[in-house]
Amino acid sequence: MHHGEIVLLRGPNGAGKTTLLKVCAGLVPVTSGTVEVLGRDLTRHRAAVRRRVGMLGHATFLYEDLTVTENLDFWSRAAGATRDDGRAALVRLGVAERLWDLPVRALSTGQRRRVSFASMVCRRPELWLLDEPHAGLDADGRDVIDELMAEAASVGATVLFASHELDRAEGIAHRTVTISGGVIG
Amino acid sequence: MADYLAQIRLVLVKDLRLELRSRIALGQVLPFAVLVLFLFAFALDPDGDVLEVATPGLFWVTVLFSAVLILQRTFALEADDGVLDALRLSGLAPSAIFLGKVSALVVQLLVLEAVLAVGVAVLYDVTFSGIGLLVLVALSATVGIAASGAIYGALSARLKSRDTLLPVLLLPLLAPVLISATRGFEIGLRHEAGGGWSWIGLLSVFALAYLALGAVLFRPLLEDA
Repeated sequence: MHHGEIVLLRGPNGAGKTTLLKVCAGLVPVTSGTVEVLGRDLTRHRAAVRRRVGMLGHATFLYEDLTVTENLDFWSRAAGATRDDGRAALVRLGVAERLWDLPVRALSTGQRRRVSFASMVCRRPELWLLDEPHAGLDADGRDVIDELMAEAASVGATVLFASHELDRAEGIAHRTVTISGGVIG
Repeated sequence: MADYLAQIRLVLVKDLRLELRSRIALGQVLPFAVLVLFLFAFALDPDGDVLEVATPGLFWVTVLFSAVLILQRTFALEADDGVLDALRLSGLAPSAIFLGKVSALVVQLLVLEAVLAVGVAVLYDVTFSGIGLLVLVALSATVGIAASGAIYGALSARLKSRDTLLPVLLLPLLAPVLISATRGFEIGLRHEAGGGWSWIGLLSVFALAYLALGAVLFRPLLEDA
């Protein structure tokens, strides 16, 4: 994969898409072979690579008892970003300001998904790893995600995403990679 | 260094905020601990001498049981909805996460112990005379409980059997803390000269050993959790 490239990872259920994304994020140990992410050997430089990677999976990666802004403050500052970065990401993701002081548990699935995306975006990762990024979102939310992926790629970030919504996904991807039975075709 | 301390503070504030929002320690664990004190009082009340002699041990047994409940809750929250994965990707130093969590646990346990001390004074008719010694014993024991508890809490965080496994792993390990803190409290309550410092020394060694161990081990624990 190259800088500024958006790559769609497609394949049937159980093909290994999520596992591959987690391997690239350094969340699943490499048991054989080598994985090079952002030009570095993941086995030897896992911590350094992780700091430059953003991931959105099936889980929201949010604390349900904290409010939206408290979550964003924590995750943005943990990554060395500022509170303003977190709030800007919320605005960009279209999270209404009236929701900011609500605990995450009070949000709908789609709203949580947007907040989760905002917590990833505010870190300004160089590699975006997205597992079904459009899942649970309304039409407007899906459009925003597409725009964000395109914007990220335009400033040099690389996007690898898995999706079953092929019509939409192929429309924004520069390239498609198929995986089946754990093997990339 | 300032960045590292800021990371510890970030985790500390987040954990305390989570507790304030959920009110598990204040709303559930604290009443449980006070209830245990009541039950001990009812069980031993016919013989006031036994209650007086047993007060230090009953106090620390109650603290240990309550600490297990707080630890289970703290690490269950981290296992929810992929948060552990997010922590791995966060850029926070694992040792800073550990020290932040230990700090938050220490704050919660000290609040619990303060309330229990009032409960003991009222229910068991105990007078706290050697207050300086008692405070030092409580501080060193609490840090030891929090540090060892954070290690084992992380170890069992993602296990389905964590609710039953954590006490089985942790309580035997905390036997030296229970013994030392109980002896230290006995000496403090009797206001005896000397003796108490050796127990504080033992508790401090335990606490420092587990702080150091946790700072080193938390990275692999976080990876395997």
